[in-house]
Amino acid sequence: MTSNKKLTAALSGDVSRRGFLGGTAALGVTAASSSALMGRKAYAAKKGGHLRAGIGHGSTTDSLDPATYENGFSLALDYTLHNHLGEVDHTGGVKPELAESWEASPDAKTWSFKLRKGVEFHNGKSLEASDVIASIEYHMGEDTKSPAKSLLKQVKSMKADGKHEVVIELESGNADFPYVISDYHIAIKPATDGKINPTDGIGTGGYVLENYEPGVRFMANKNKNYFKSDRAHFDQVELITIIDLAARQNALTTGEIDMMDRADLKTVHLLKRKPGINVMETVGYKHYTFPMRTDTKPFDNNDLRLALKYALDREELVKKILRGHGVVGNDHPISPTNQYHADGLAQRAYDPDKAKFHLKKAGMEGETIQLSAADAAFPGAVDAAVLYKEHAAKAGINIEVVREPNDGYWSNVWMKKGWGACYWGGRPTEDWMFTTAYAAGADWNDTFWKHDRFNELLLAARAELDSDKRRTMYYEMQEIVSNDGGVVVPMFANYVFAASDKILPSEQMAGNWELDGSKFAERWSFA
Amino acid sequence: MSQILKMVAQRFALGLLTLFVVSLIIFLGIELLPGDIAEEILGQGATPETVAAFRRELGLDVPPHIRYVEWLWNMLQGDMGRSLANKREISELIGLRFGNTLFLAVTAAAISVPLALTLGVLAALYRYSFYDRAVNVVTLSSISFPEFFVAYILIFFLAVTYPVFPSIANISDATPFWEKVYKVLLPALTLTLVVVAHMMRMTRAAIINLLASPYIEMANLKGLSRARIIVKHALPNALAPIINVVVINLAYLIVGVVVVEVVFVYPGLGQLMVDSVSKRDLPVVQAAAMIFAGTYVLLNLLADILSILTNPRLLHPR
Repeated sequence: MTSNKKLTAALSGDVSRRGFLGGTAALGVTAASSSALMGRKAYAAKKGGHLRAGIGHGSTTDSLDPATYENGFSLALDYTLHNHLGEVDHTGGVKPELAESWEASPDAKTWSFKLRKGVEFHNGKSLEASDVIASIEYHMGEDTKSPAKSLLKQVKSMKADGKHEVVIELESGNADFPYVISDYHIAIKPATDGKINPTDGIGTGGYVLENYEPGVRFMANKNKNYFKSDRAHFDQVELITIIDLAARQNALTTGEIDMMDRADLKTVHLLKRKPGINVMETVGYKHYTFPMRTDTKPFDNNDLRLALKYALDREELVKKILRGHGVVGNDHPISPTNQYHADGLAQRAYDPDKAKFHLKKAGMEGETIQLSAADAAFPGAVDAAVLYKEHAAKAGINIEVVREPNDGYWSNVWMKKGWGACYWGGRPTEDWMFTTAYAAGADWNDTFWKHDRFNELLLAARAELDSDKRRTMYYEMQEIVSNDGGVVVPMFANYVFAASDKILPSEQMAGNWELDGSKFAERWSFA
Repeated sequence: MSQILKMVAQRFALGLLTLFVVSLIIFLGIELLPGDIAEEILGQGATPETVAAFRRELGLDVPPHIRYVEWLWNMLQGDMGRSLANKREISELIGLRFGNTLFLAVTAAAISVPLALTLGVLAALYRYSFYDRAVNVVTLSSISFPEFFVAYILIFFLAVTYPVFPSIANISDATPFWEKVYKVLLPALTLTLVVVAHMMRMTRAAIINLLASPYIEMANLKGLSRARIIVKHALPNALAPIINVVVINLAYLIVGVVVVEVVFVYPGLGQLMVDSVSKRDLPVVQAAAMIFAGTYVLLNLLADILSILTNPRLLHPR
């Protein structure tokens, strides 16, 4: 849910408890964007113009290959050139995109996707079922390097039913499969002889590749044959890599670019004061974590884990590390934006006494516990670790902060050291998040956590099409992770970004990624 | 003259040896860094299986010494290979970036060299005057600040407060020549502030040094003007050390501008190298390092030849 939407909800009095909490948070932190919102005239997108977006990501080693997309730049590039079977919208739900509709068998095991007719790739080829199958197959099999591989393990078979229908059979039921198959890696590209050319940059998207210099700039022109007539308003889209924060904000204030991602939380209040600039904020799935390896001592003891969970002042972390641009976490990865976020679960608070109690029970009094951190894990991770150390000291817990180098953090520290800092971009569905990082034996189960009841519920909830039953199951799972899991989730971080007031963003922004689900190129326009 | 040719040949051979050693050090250095390109590119998304598949695709499962020899062999035949990360021809990748870096370096040199020489000569001429002190203080302060600080100060005054120049030097192939010059002016000014002190002080010192020589005294006794003595009599003899420092600074303008490139978002070679190191894209790092090392070797050679040409006595060290 976007802050704008929450705000409108809060203002109109149409608020649920959760919506109200989120809404007031949004009110507090998006003063600038809210005034912009209320002063806005009727929503009317203007066609044309050359959009220049400064992106705080992008490296000379990037490529057009969807299997290597991993940063904000490649994500924006992906959504500018390609479409996917479905797209996540501002409600957090997945809507058909290249698929016209989809249907599941009652056990959620067989999914059939009806493809949109008359969609053309940039090279003039028409979209057919064989393209979709080849595009998905590229991320499967022995030799793929794609991170989407683990998502697609559940696929048992795929076949085309005529030219415009794809039937996918899964190993076991999955009610969220349309989300999975809409993952940003799985871009639909044209196939010849059952294979796609991953680096040709051809898709069905709203813009046609003009020029791409990795780590420098990306240029694309409007696709005249785009199948969405009400989208892709700009004539040209230019994405510029501007890693340096100060350079990015300067470029925005001096008009060198029209919009930017990742505003500097330390100076964003100054940026808001600048006339002609809108600072925007969306609550997403992104969260910062401190995962512990539950398969190694001393973190295999749940009392120690609880002690550490009680020994952290989350409010202070949100205030000091995120500068208020976020919400406190509750030691599970399901964001307040998620459909089945457990509202009823009591918020864990800073409680040195309880921490002391559990520490004693674990028999760990007086021991020193090492916490690895580097700013590669998330901005401010080292500071957060030091704050953690201070909070824990009041409960008699000695934390030794080990500052690790940014370089090689993910290969040498994450999932290797006993306890460290980490971030998750989050996932749009509960099942996806849990399956990726909490299911027993999952590739990215960074806490090496195994819980029988949890794993049982995960399977049951995945195949369950009844929303109420799923809700109960996911609530219980969040409770289990919170009370038994190996992860401390102190906070969910908002996406904070800015644009000149010449830009008209979507009325309601998606929160699955930064910048309106990274789809600003096709959803925004000049005002 | 033949002695000069002999020296050039010798130095050239030595330069090639240096390049070879550099390539070996760079290769070993990258091999020693934690992780490889497969792990770095996949980042948090790496699993043992995908990493193994990626390595197979890139040929990283071959032992390092074989990869090195293969690389060297191709390099000797003029084939720089392809980037591991995006399969692009390295020659094409680097050609563009190196062109940009040279463009910035030349612009900066075109401002800083004449400026430094003029300031230095004037400072020698008006030694210990207010002007001399002022120039020294200003240039020494600007060299003392970190480059990014100088850059931000310039941006603040010349791009934000008084928007004369763009705050980022966002150029591409298609940018017309004069627009390019205009856009790189601010980074070039930053570099000027960073290098001018060194060259200016050297000019001043070299000239002042010579002013004590007997032939200058002779010129003085003949009643020549001070300016004429310095420009006509002292400067030509002071050229050797001045050329040396100018060329060293030129080399710096080419290989040492990474920070300035980052602040001004300038698509030069430095950023390419930094990215490639952090992603362990070995062939690109090697090629870029070769270019940087080659630049240094060549410019040093050039400095020596020029110094000797201006002062042949240097050929016969006592």
